[in-house]
Amino acid sequence: MREGTGERVRWHRQGFPDLTPEANLSRGPRERLIQVLLGLCALVTVCTTLGIAAILIGESVAFFRQVSLAEFLGDTRWTPQFAEQHFGIWPLLAGTLMITVIAALVAIPIGLAAAIYISQYAPDRVRRWLKPSLELLAGVPTVVYGYFALTFVTPLLQRVLPQMQVYNALSAGIVVGIMIIPMVASLSEDALRAVPRSLAEGAYALGATKYEVVLRVVVPAALSGIMASFILALSRAIGETMIVTLAAGATPRLTLNPLESIQTMTAYIVQVSLGDTPQGTVVYQSLFAVGLVLFILTLGMNLLANRIILRFKETY
Amino acid sequence: MADHVSPAEGVPTTAYSELHRDREAQRMRPKMEVRNLYFWYGDKLALKDISLQILPNEVTAFIGPSGCGKSTLLRCLNRMNELIPNTRLEGTVLLDGRDIYRAMDPVVVRRRVGMVFQKPNPFPKSIYQNVAWGARINGYRGDMDELVERCLRLAALWDEVKDRLHDNAYGLSGGQQQRLCIARALAVEPEVLLMDEPASALDPIATAKLEETILELKKSYTIVIVTHNMHQASRISDTTAFFYMGELIEMNRTDELFTRPREKRTEDYITGRFG
Repeated sequence: MREGTGERVRWHRQGFPDLTPEANLSRGPRERLIQVLLGLCALVTVCTTLGIAAILIGESVAFFRQVSLAEFLGDTRWTPQFAEQHFGIWPLLAGTLMITVIAALVAIPIGLAAAIYISQYAPDRVRRWLKPSLELLAGVPTVVYGYFALTFVTPLLQRVLPQMQVYNALSAGIVVGIMIIPMVASLSEDALRAVPRSLAEGAYALGATKYEVVLRVVVPAALSGIMASFILALSRAIGETMIVTLAAGATPRLTLNPLESIQTMTAYIVQVSLGDTPQGTVVYQSLFAVGLVLFILTLGMNLLANRIILRFKETY
Repeated sequence: MADHVSPAEGVPTTAYSELHRDREAQRMRPKMEVRNLYFWYGDKLALKDISLQILPNEVTAFIGPSGCGKSTLLRCLNRMNELIPNTRLEGTVLLDGRDIYRAMDPVVVRRRVGMVFQKPNPFPKSIYQNVAWGARINGYRGDMDELVERCLRLAALWDEVKDRLHDNAYGLSGGQQQRLCIARALAVEPEVLLMDEPASALDPIATAKLEETILELKKSYTIVIVTHNMHQASRISDTTAFFYMGELIEMNRTDELFTRPREKRTEDYITGRFG
């Protein structure tokens, strides 16, 4: 026994005179209280989601009492503010999808390439400043991106494409793409870095070049994480509001021409929310129907991402 | 040179024995040769003035306590050490008399000097794809099915996996995975096979199987094996090198080294007094 142990035991006895084996139980009231409190906090998020879904569904039901689901899904015009009202979701959905596709075309190759460079090629000291600066891009407020699209990207593109409208899907889509690059890059980089060194070493030991190791072993091994990063980033692009409101226009139009002004679902919601649409009117209720479509779309994509992660998870 | 040559068994007279050794030495040109090798991790000297020879169609074992540099030396033999940032190497490593650091491309070195790692590291692909991978990237044009079967047979795994070649390799047991890694290494037709404690993650039965495989492979390959297990070294190797604190203490025919060690430290280590 070491010196001083007896001393410490005496100090203990004096310090905790009431200490008995029964004083600290695993199921004491304090333990239970903490468990309940933490549980409540977790419940808040679930309740919020459920509440949002309930309101969306409730108001949408009211909307669909006046506008048939057949019109909503069958009509190709969205003209709630005209005398002759049409509530076909397709122009808005197409606008959103066009923005998303353009954003994907920008963000996926650049984001993935950046992730590969940072995780596999960059020397340590480059990586140390490159990753934080990439993540800085994610901190730029979207309204700034929107301005950037409208006042910089559009004029720039108009020099090459003079027929391009001031508000157009292309520059908004490109800038949404730029906005989600950090998300793709950062999440993909995490996935690539999670691939154990031993796999890469195994490939090197077979006489593979760096390019072969990266492209044919490391990237395939990280594929589930990479796919998930794509989907999460695209679901972010679908929900993006500020950039498209500022730069893509407010013309619901069923078109494949990215040079024209369009309107996305999110931009429509902004437009109507800002106006003085009286509560209870069909236009007001249409907000919720559009919101519901948006909600289902992003929820579906997030669930898909989760499934991909779980299903194709590599247990190295 | 004479250190690495087998003693003439059953020939008691020293004079004859010497003669025999010389002759044997001339016949056995070293497959690989290390000359005055130094290796640093950052500022830390990990290998100090190592010189040794590895003879063809033999199993050479590197033994020594943890951190003695045996794995580091192994990785210097196929330039895997270069993948670790912040390291430095001085000295020469020869493969068939050619300097692998100054006169050869690392990719070529690693194809000719294959490696099996401590922990089985198959790719997350099918058994078949694992074996075919290296051959494919090296531009193998022959019959892939035949190559896969041949390599799996050499690694003594064929009978266990022939009905599920297209299943994921991660479904195999640890011992099977390790033999798959051997098959994968063999598929690029290396001349030397480096093994870094290949049995350390395996149970005794899997280890016995692996050792059998190694003895079989010796007929066509030159094998260098790092091991913690001295019994394993004595069972399977022809030559053993003992390392301590980054230095080569003693290298000799395995039976000599284990029965008549010349160095006190070797004796202490093999009798279990430290390490």
